[in-house]
This record gives sequence, structure tokens and C-alpha cells, in this order.
Amino acid sequence: MGVTVSGPAIAPAIEAAGLSKVYPGGTTAAEDISFQVGAGEVFGLLGPNGAGKTTTLRILITVLRPSGGHARVLGLDVVEQPTQVRQLIGYVPQERAIDRFLTGREHLELLAALYHLPKAHAAARIDEVLSLVGLAHKADEVARNYSGGMKRKLDIACGLIPSPKVLFMDEPTLGLDVESRLKIWDHIRELKARGITILLTTNYLDEADQLCDRIAIIDAGRVKAMGSPSELKAGLGGDVVSLTLSPADLAKVEGLSQAIKGQAGVRAVSTKQNVLDIRVASPESSLPAILSAVTAQGCRLEFVEYHRPRLDDVFLAYTGRKIKDE
Amino acid sequence: MQDYAQEVGALTMRWVKRLSREKFSMLFTLFQPMVFWLIFFGNLFQRATDTQVVQAPSYIAFLAAGVVVMTILNNGLAGGVDLLFDKENGFLERLMSTPISRTSVIISRFIFVMTITSLQVLVILGVAYLFGVHPVTGIGGVVVIIGIGLLFGIGLTAISMALAFSVKSHGDFFSMLGFLSLPMIFLSTALVPLTAMPWWMSWLARLNPMTWAIDAVRPLILTGWTAALPSIAIVVVVMVVFDAVCLWGAAKAFQKTLG
Repeated sequence: MGVTVSGPAIAPAIEAAGLSKVYPGGTTAAEDISFQVGAGEVFGLLGPNGAGKTTTLRILITVLRPSGGHARVLGLDVVEQPTQVRQLIGYVPQERAIDRFLTGREHLELLAALYHLPKAHAAARIDEVLSLVGLAHKADEVARNYSGGMKRKLDIACGLIPSPKVLFMDEPTLGLDVESRLKIWDHIRELKARGITILLTTNYLDEADQLCDRIAIIDAGRVKAMGSPSELKAGLGGDVVSLTLSPADLAKVEGLSQAIKGQAGVRAVSTKQNVLDIRVASPESSLPAILSAVTAQGCRLEFVEYHRPRLDDVFLAYTGRKIKDE
Repeated sequence: MQDYAQEVGALTMRWVKRLSREKFSMLFTLFQPMVFWLIFFGNLFQRATDTQVVQAPSYIAFLAAGVVVMTILNNGLAGGVDLLFDKENGFLERLMSTPISRTSVIISRFIFVMTITSLQVLVILGVAYLFGVHPVTGIGGVVVIIGIGLLFGIGLTAISMALAFSVKSHGDFFSMLGFLSLPMIFLSTALVPLTAMPWWMSWLARLNPMTWAIDAVRPLILTGWTAALPSIAIVVVVMVVFDAVCLWGAAKAFQKTLG
């Protein structure tokens, strides 16, 4: 494979090429993971548990050596130059990696020392991140008194201490209540607005859809699809019109399907018992033709539904199964 | 170098803060159960033991050296526990994602465990003093005792950290600790001298580094410098080898965890 030399301005912030990880026991956690994340993007690794998302992320933050492939963060190789990479990134782990005996501020003081911030500078930075995540009022309380959402905020604050150019977040809202999730989403959007590149893993479809500029769908250690949520949805080939016929008309389903397939703007028709799923380029222009075909065939409609493809349709299309939403 | 001092300082202070957060736990850490061995076991066996056999003015005077080294053993073997919890809850990974030297986490733990151990040894010797055990070599002897404790403690803490990095669950860790610590105590000269043991136990006790440490500490308390110096020379050699082996094992385990 040739090496492309490009200026830093257009170099991706994160670059993974053919990453694989086989554990000594023989378990394969990642087979072939490749993607690039542009500077300032929010990029999501979407997949079920055990798909290889966390393994990929741990390789990128330099705590796990890949078995194959290579990865760069801000142009620095994660295996060859780990210390330089660590200086530029922030990490928000999946577990609440909190020492319950320390206060929030003590966590941040520890992290500041580990990033070698001078004391005076550290104090200012700590106040800044505390107010950014909205934890200033609880900063001097020991972490064991924190709620799940507050621990998560402290996790994020810890990740922000080094003023990272790239922030890695492992399942940022796993196990949080709805209100806390929305707040964390707001924080992530705010970080994006400040120009931080964010790579997050998630197994929540709505999180990937709402938050990410682009996503990579990962299943069984491989990237199955990649693109912006809207690209991926559009890539399925249009919106879905779903007709449910009266059960008495079961015999007419096949004839109706043939009649609809001939219509302009209809991309595909699939049938299942008395239900027809019709992929159309534009429902507004196709719906009248579809309905007149129904009348012409003498079918009675029980139910009509129409939806834009959702990310779960995308996931289903590329992996052949539904993601387990927890 | 300045960076390294900053990292190690901050990580060491974390252990200190954790301990100070729990007043009771701090109290129990300093006046730990080892004191009971000295007070109860020592006085309980006072008349059941033969001062001719133990070669000491009283059993508690004989036992003092043993309890000092048992304290070092227990602290050392438990020294990795907090790293085990850090590993399990992801805190260790967070630390490893920062631009610190890979060794500073371990060094901070050594500094903390060794400091606590030294304080505990002083408490043990203080309690022994109240029961009339006055180390004949005085302050100088106490300093050497703490030095021997550090030499032995480093290797033990390294074993404990190696275990913490390699075990699958903390259940495994604690059952292995429990399995290690009692035979280490019984198969040493902590409770009785070699001459009073069945031949096979005295033979095993001679292989135990703990025996060498006790045999250097005991004359410092009971007899004096002339008797102690040869044993001190030997224990330094034994402990350097012991520490080297343990540190090598710990380094292997540490690398594997990060692999």
C-alpha cells in the first residue's frame, strides 16, 4: 500500500487502517477496521456489544496494541509515538472510572498533574471544566455521593483537563436516565462547537443519529457501512410505504405487487403475507399511483404507513439483524 | 525528571487522601491486627514456652521480631489490592491513557505501602516497648529494622501487584493471598526458632525469605550488633535476589496487562 504524503491541513484527525486484535486466548475482537475522521467531526462507532468498538477505541488511545494494521491520531502513530498521542487526546472511559473516596476537584487535580500542567494553570483549567460540565457546585464533595449523571459529568471533565484536540468517549450515555442523556448530548455538541474532534462508541441508534456527523456501523469486528446518518438512510434507496391489505385479499397481494412494480418512482416491493413494503424515491409523487393501483386491483386497504428509513433499517440492512437496544 | 516527580507525587497523594478520607480505616491501618498477635499471642504463650528454647528473656521479646516481619509480609502481600480495584473499575486505564511514565503508578504504590509499613513497624515496636521489650541496639537498630522491612516489602509488594495484574477476578486474588500468607508465617521463625521445629518444617523454613529477615531483626532486638551484623549481611544479599526476581515477575505481568 502506498503512503500518501499530505499536508497537516488536510490530514484526518484520526485514521485507522486495517486494525485487528486477536487476544492471546484466540478471541478475535477486531478483524479489519478502517475509517478516517476529519478534524472537528463527531464520529460514531455504532454496533452491538462485543462488535469491536471498545477494542478499536482502546487501540486508538494507545492502551491496547493492535495485532495488525495501523492507526494515527493527529498524524502520530499510536504504537510508535504513544506518549505524544496521549498528550493530545482526552479519554472518557465506559465504566464510571471514579475513585469514590476523592472529591471531583481532587480527580481533576490528579489528572492535571498527570498531564503535567503547572499548578497555577491547572487551578484555572479545573474551574473552567467544572463549570463547563455544570459540576462546580459539587466539586468539593466526595464522588461516592454523586449520582450516575454527575459521575458521568466528572468523567467528561477528566477527559477535558488536557484541553484535548481529540476526545474519545466510550458509550458516553450508557445506563443514564433520559434527562441526563440529553444533557450529556448538549455537552458533546458544545465541545464540537469548540472545534474538538470527537470519536464516540455507542449502541444507541438515536444517539448515533442525533449526535454524529458520520458513523461507522461495526459488527463482528468489521466495518459494515460508513457515512453520515442521512447518507446511510438515503443509501437504502428511498422512503418506505407500507400497505396492509385486508386478510380476505391475501390472494390479490401478488397481482398488486406486480402492478405497483411497473409504476414510475417505485424502486422495490417486498411482500410478507398481506403486507407490502414499497421503496419509493418520493412518496409524494408515488402515493397517488400506488393507491390507484390498489383500487384498480379491487383490494381493500386496512392500514397505510409511510416512514423515512431510520437508522435501525440501515443497521438491519447491513448486518442482517437488529441492534439490541438496552 | 520534573514531570516524573509531579506524576509520582500526585499519584502517591491520591493513596494518602484515600486513606485520610476514612478515619476508622486509617486508625485500623496503623493499629492493625498484628498488634493483637503481639499482645495476645505473646502473653498467651508466655508460660507455655520455654525461654531456654526461644533463647530470649520472654516469649513476647522473642515474638516481637516475628510480628514485625509478619506486618511487613501482610502489608506487602496486600499492597496490590488497590491497583486491582483500579484495574477492575477502569481507573487504571484512565491513568494509562495519560502521558505518564508507565512506572509511576507502580512507584507511587511502593512509596505509599513502604511508608505505611514503616509506620506500622514503629507502632509494633512501640507496643512491644510497653511490654518491656527494649531493642538493645537502640535507635540505630530500629532504623536498620525498618531498612530490612523495606528490602523485604519491595519484593512482596511486587508479587502482590503482579497477582493484581494477572488474576481474572478479585476473588482469585484474595484466595491466593490467604493461601500464601499462613504457610509463610508458620514455615518461618516468627513463632518458634528453627531448633524447636520438626525437621521437615525447619528445612522448609530455611527456604523462606521471611526466616532470613526475622533472623536479622531478632538479634537487633535481643542480643546486639555483633550477633546481628552477619545476619544483616546475609539478609541484604537474600533480599536483593528476592526483590530482583519479584520485580522481574511484576514487570512481566504489567507489560502483559497493557499488551
